[in-house]
Amino acid sequence: MTKLLSIRVVAILIGIGLAVTVLFWSLVPGVIAFVTEGQAEHLPYEEPRDFDFSFDGPFGKWDVQQLQRGLKVYDEVCSACHSLKYVAFRNLSELGYDESQVKAYAAAKQVPGIDPNTGEATTRPGLPTDYFPSPYPNNVAAAAANNNAIPPDLSLITKARGDGTNYVASLLSGYQEPSAELLAEHPEAAPGPGLYHNPYFPNLNLAMAPPITMDGQVTYDDGTEATIEQMSIDVAAFLTWTAEPTLIQRKQTGWPVLIFLLFATVLAYLSKNQIWAAVKPKKNKKSD
Amino acid sequence: MSFPWAKEYTPSNGVTKFLDEKLPLPRLVYNAVGAGYPVPRNLSYFWNFGVLAGFFLVLQIVTGIILAMHYAANAQVAFATTEHIMRNVNWGWLMRYAHANGASFFFIVVYLHIFRGFYYSSYKAPREMIWLLGVTIFLLMMATAFMGYVLPWGQMSFWGAKVITGLFGAIPLVGEPIQIWLLGGYAPDNAALNRFFSLHFLLPFVIAGCVILHIWALHIPGSSNPTGVEIKSESDTLPFHPYYTVKDGFGLGVALLVFFSLVFFLPNALGHPDNYIEANPLSTPAHIVPEWYFWPFYAILRAFTGDLTIPFTGVVLIEAKLLGVLAMFGSILLWFILPWLDKSPVRSGHYRPLFRKFFWFGLIPAMIVLFICGGAPAEEPYVMLSQLATAYYFLHFLVILPIVGQIEKPEPLPYSITEAVLGSDKKAVLGENASPAV
Repeated sequence: MTKLLSIRVVAILIGIGLAVTVLFWSLVPGVIAFVTEGQAEHLPYEEPRDFDFSFDGPFGKWDVQQLQRGLKVYDEVCSACHSLKYVAFRNLSELGYDESQVKAYAAAKQVPGIDPNTGEATTRPGLPTDYFPSPYPNNVAAAAANNNAIPPDLSLITKARGDGTNYVASLLSGYQEPSAELLAEHPEAAPGPGLYHNPYFPNLNLAMAPPITMDGQVTYDDGTEATIEQMSIDVAAFLTWTAEPTLIQRKQTGWPVLIFLLFATVLAYLSKNQIWAAVKPKKNKKSD
Repeated sequence: MSFPWAKEYTPSNGVTKFLDEKLPLPRLVYNAVGAGYPVPRNLSYFWNFGVLAGFFLVLQIVTGIILAMHYAANAQVAFATTEHIMRNVNWGWLMRYAHANGASFFFIVVYLHIFRGFYYSSYKAPREMIWLLGVTIFLLMMATAFMGYVLPWGQMSFWGAKVITGLFGAIPLVGEPIQIWLLGGYAPDNAALNRFFSLHFLLPFVIAGCVILHIWALHIPGSSNPTGVEIKSESDTLPFHPYYTVKDGFGLGVALLVFFSLVFFLPNALGHPDNYIEANPLSTPAHIVPEWYFWPFYAILRAFTGDLTIPFTGVVLIEAKLLGVLAMFGSILLWFILPWLDKSPVRSGHYRPLFRKFFWFGLIPAMIVLFICGGAPAEEPYVMLSQLATAYYFLHFLVILPIVGQIEKPEPLPYSITEAVLGSDKKAVLGENASPAV
């Protein structure tokens, strides 16, 4: 008994000790510092705009036309600097292209290869099994060509950013000059050399020059008017597909699973009520 | 052990008679989770979470083994093989999302299971050993989940591994050698990734072993119940099967509906976008945060922002980092001595008016604050709030619980579970007369 009592006395002392330590050695100095110095302010960046995508929501579906337009934007604009290394040409069949179109698309790309006669590194036309080639041979070359900022691979970009699809579309269509109020409040927000202002980028200034600069920069095959915003949205949709090609399969698998589970759960609930009816006092009174 | 009125297993045919003689496995199951295990008749839905935790452990092992067939624990390719699973392996995306969200759901049900234990003092005699094993399982889960999160080798994997192993670096004198020994190098790399994979594969089976001990220990005194009054007679109990198998079945259905809603429609909601960026030792993420289920403890770790000094002299007794590490580990380890801290003779919070106030208006808000602050950047007001909540957390378990147990006047307890369920209605049919209405 005395031993147990001593455990509790020790615990009470340790508890008070820890509480006093965190309150007087951490909280009090923190409050003093907060009152006297305040805290560093963040640059005010904007949350992504809310665009409407065909694949949003539990019943969403790909808009294949849009994905094809997005591929064209990637192809003609983004691919100059950004790789897409987790996507293979064969995957393009999911965008509504048939086998010969995929083969032709792949063959038009040069991928790293080995000369069969000399064994030296060379390039060869792509096959459907090849992956999208990187625009740079390595990261050093990528950094050297881009003012030391390595362009990230885009395969997963919409999953690697919060609200990624909207973020990519907002960012691409959001380049603008910093507003006078912003510069008055935060002079440090002025873009430095080689940087470009964009309110959707958390640092407000990024190293990527505006990639989509004018309407009609890409000529769409389906006649859609290629405005800056349209191209941004289309390529964001395409990059959502590259980030998760199984997105629609996932949502469509979900429904039968949930409907089955709902059915099973209702059955389980009814069985539970039936089995428990005999031992529940209320039910017994009713049957009396 | 069992109660004298527990139904006995009777093998019905040649095969089961043979088995019962040579290897009485059906008898074991019958007595563990069958009609041979008498359970209090008044268990609420808060008693579902043990079975649910068991289910999610099995789900994690099954999906994990399938993922391990396609994953390669090598820093060069770990991220790429994870994407290979997502893109090229048949149903690989389902396995991975089920495994990642399964970890979250394992923690959700285990947290509900643990806090059920806090409210109803399930840790009290004669159930101390069940509790000790439970806390051990929780610690093993935390280690397993942490190492599992490193395996995809994304940015949060890498930096999480760096921060958590860095905690050991705070230990005086031997801290740095220990950290290097744990990682197999100065920073997380191939050696760390490989051993984490190896241990991540091993520990779930250690957990499964502890779960068996946990259930074994449970069957000695039998399950606790919401009144906290021990079983007195047969009318206090119902056989586990069919009463609780069907109730757990319904509970499992509800849990799976929520689980699969997340897996199929919001599979990344509980994850961090940065983990879809491959690990890069040269680029530190803006905010390094662990998975959500570690947030309360991460908040305790970060609450200690000042060194413990002797006032006005500047002599440092304990550095802030070490204080935080000690407090974080201590915040869970102290659960081990709960049975000996809380000596109130009454178990259930239903009959403890003072304890109940501290539970609902102290512990629960403090845990919510710690949870929110742990996931937030280390800025005000989160730091101040987490410091207040940390102080309350330790006061609650180490000071308030022992004292409340001494001074509180509990409310009158029902004479028995039967009385609690049926009131004074003597006419009502008692458990022993009831047969399953199938």
